[in-house]
Amino acid sequence: MSAAIREPRGRRPWKPTPARLGLYAFLLISALFFLMPLYVMVVTSLKGMPEIRQAHLLNLPAAPSFAAWSKAWFAACTGLSCNGIRVGFINSLRIMVPSVIVSILVGAITGYALSFWRPRGAVLLFGVLIAVAFIPYQVFIYPLVRIFSYLGINNSVPGIVVIHTIFGLPTMTLIFRNHFAALPEELFKAARVDGAGFWRIFGAIMLPMALPIIVVAVILQVTGIWNDFIFGLVFAGRENLPMTVQLNNIVNSTQGEREYNVEMAATLLTATVPLVVYFISGRWFVRGIAAGAVKG
Amino acid sequence: MDRQGNVSLRGVAVAYGPVRVFDRLDLEVAQSEFLVLLGPSGCGKSTLLNAIAGLTEIDDGEIWIGGRNVTWHEPKDRGIAMVFQSYALYPRMNVRANLSFGLRVARTPRAEIERRVRVAAEMLQIGDLLDRRPAELSGGQRQRVAIGRALVRDAGVFLFDEPLSNLDAQLRSELRVEIKRLHQRLGATMIYVTHDQIEALTLADRIAVMKDRTFQQIGTPQEIYLRPVNRFVATFVGSPAMNFVPGRIEGAGAPVFRSASLRLPVPGYKFAHAPADGAPVELGIRPEHIILAPDASDAQEVSVEMSEPMGSDLLAWTRLGDLPLSIRLPAETMLTPGDRLRILLPENRLNLFDATNGARL
Ligand SMILES: Nc1ncnc2c1ncn2[C@@H]1O[C@H](COP(=O)(O)OP(=O)(O)O)[C@@H](O)[C@H]1O
Ligand SMILES: [Mg+2]
Repeated sequence: MSAAIREPRGRRPWKPTPARLGLYAFLLISALFFLMPLYVMVVTSLKGMPEIRQAHLLNLPAAPSFAAWSKAWFAACTGLSCNGIRVGFINSLRIMVPSVIVSILVGAITGYALSFWRPRGAVLLFGVLIAVAFIPYQVFIYPLVRIFSYLGINNSVPGIVVIHTIFGLPTMTLIFRNHFAALPEELFKAARVDGAGFWRIFGAIMLPMALPIIVVAVILQVTGIWNDFIFGLVFAGRENLPMTVQLNNIVNSTQGEREYNVEMAATLLTATVPLVVYFISGRWFVRGIAAGAVKG
Repeated sequence: MDRQGNVSLRGVAVAYGPVRVFDRLDLEVAQSEFLVLLGPSGCGKSTLLNAIAGLTEIDDGEIWIGGRNVTWHEPKDRGIAMVFQSYALYPRMNVRANLSFGLRVARTPRAEIERRVRVAAEMLQIGDLLDRRPAELSGGQRQRVAIGRALVRDAGVFLFDEPLSNLDAQLRSELRVEIKRLHQRLGATMIYVTHDQIEALTLADRIAVMKDRTFQQIGTPQEIYLRPVNRFVATFVGSPAMNFVPGRIEGAGAPVFRSASLRLPVPGYKFAHAPADGAPVELGIRPEHIILAPDASDAQEVSVEMSEPMGSDLLAWTRLGDLPLSIRLPAETMLTPGDRLRILLPENRLNLFDATNGARL
């Protein structure tokens, strides 16, 4: 071909520039930085103790075995009992499922009421709610413990569900209010003319339109509540301690030699739920955030 | 639901917090009348319509619909149906569900719901769209569905808030005709908000022209067009716009309009109230009311600056002395810039306005 110099036509050809190469190098290094600990945890959990003692942190396991995973799940000792971390897993589920549902529902209703029905003092209420979100929550713990024991719901699953609902309220209200505030008000007026009331408009029109935001809320709340440590420790009671607390007990209460492989396996098991949620819903999450800019 | 639909606002006041929109507003709309509220954006048309619908709280006054005082009634109990500018269709419901939502809320028997949806769909030719979602419809189809949703309510009064402003010109004129046909067929009262004077003139039995939250003039399209009560109404209604020539009125017995380049006796002009001798006035005349008169002895001479062919006719931009004057001429008129035309300003087509407050004289 004689045409070494092409006339510009169609898509501009891709040319690597130093800046671009630098960017890719940076991204690669960042990814490695975050993946390294995960890699170490996975390979360690698959090794036996003799192999771990050789301290070749980065080596692949010579004979991969799930023994440590099995022990972490069924038989690891948390304090005095040795029933494994599955007890905590069940507890965390019992706390998380109702907490996620209730907190999202309450946040959605509050956000809906604030943006469409505008009760007297709505702006003030919303301001207070957001301001409270910036107060360190440790401040509330002791008063809440007293109130809860007075009400008799301390150390119970309903108690911890109420806690998660209260502390989720500012964020949940904020994202739902912003979503609803972006909807055309005429939609709400049309429903009023059609005779629908507070709950009917919420259930039949607003909630179905909030689906992308509900996905975002589920992700935020599932990971937030699953990763919670302090509320679970303080409010759930000894029978209902969540997985994070039990993981801490396993890691901190080992007698004699530390079983690194079991601890790694228990940690990975605890991290499973948020990880799965991210992998499944990452796309949805991005879409939900983006959907804020697009009309439903 | 009874289908009576005369609407009456008596001393209605509306305020958004400290912002007062209306102080004391009165309006009577007769049964089966088509009233258009016409005015520029922000003049309070939507607020007024929302007050009638019960979507905005009023601070004072009464609202009567169909002979009932509905001031404290919920929107659904007022015997009204409403169509919005943004269509406001429920996005997660298909067309059928959109149409029937209000009836389902009211627990109407299923057979009756089906009947009414069928009738409305037939009337608006949306029968084959019933299973689609709003997102799968074009703008015109969406507005048809929105009108259909109002139709199934079988109300005595229809409220339209700029229903056509989001549509392109072609669809707008199509749906305009359809709304007019609907009005004739249903015999319902319609209150229709728009900022488009063509819509107002074509649709209305009566037009209420609004500015700055007050009525300027309420009257038939013809009254509004031919005898605007002030300069605002004269400017706002009519396209291309009315010509204005500033000048003075002289001579008490035989009044004469006088400006730098124009002297025009107006002995037969019906003054609403006679101006003082030498009072500053503005003379207004619509482009289509100026007539060519090459041979008349009392004609004025103007020079053509340019011409705009509009298809059905032609608009000539001319100068009378140094005053701009637009004249509507037959489409086949051949003009070149610099041409001179002799014109007459017929006395019965003139409008004289007080130059200080704009009121019609
Ligand atoms: N929710 C509101 N809060 C405060 N002022 C408002 C509100 N809605 C409308 N207004 C004011 O009321 C006036 C009339 O508005 P509107 O009825 O929407 O006008 P139009 O429909 O004729 O364009 C405007 O000046 C507007 O700024
Ligand atoms: Mg408006």
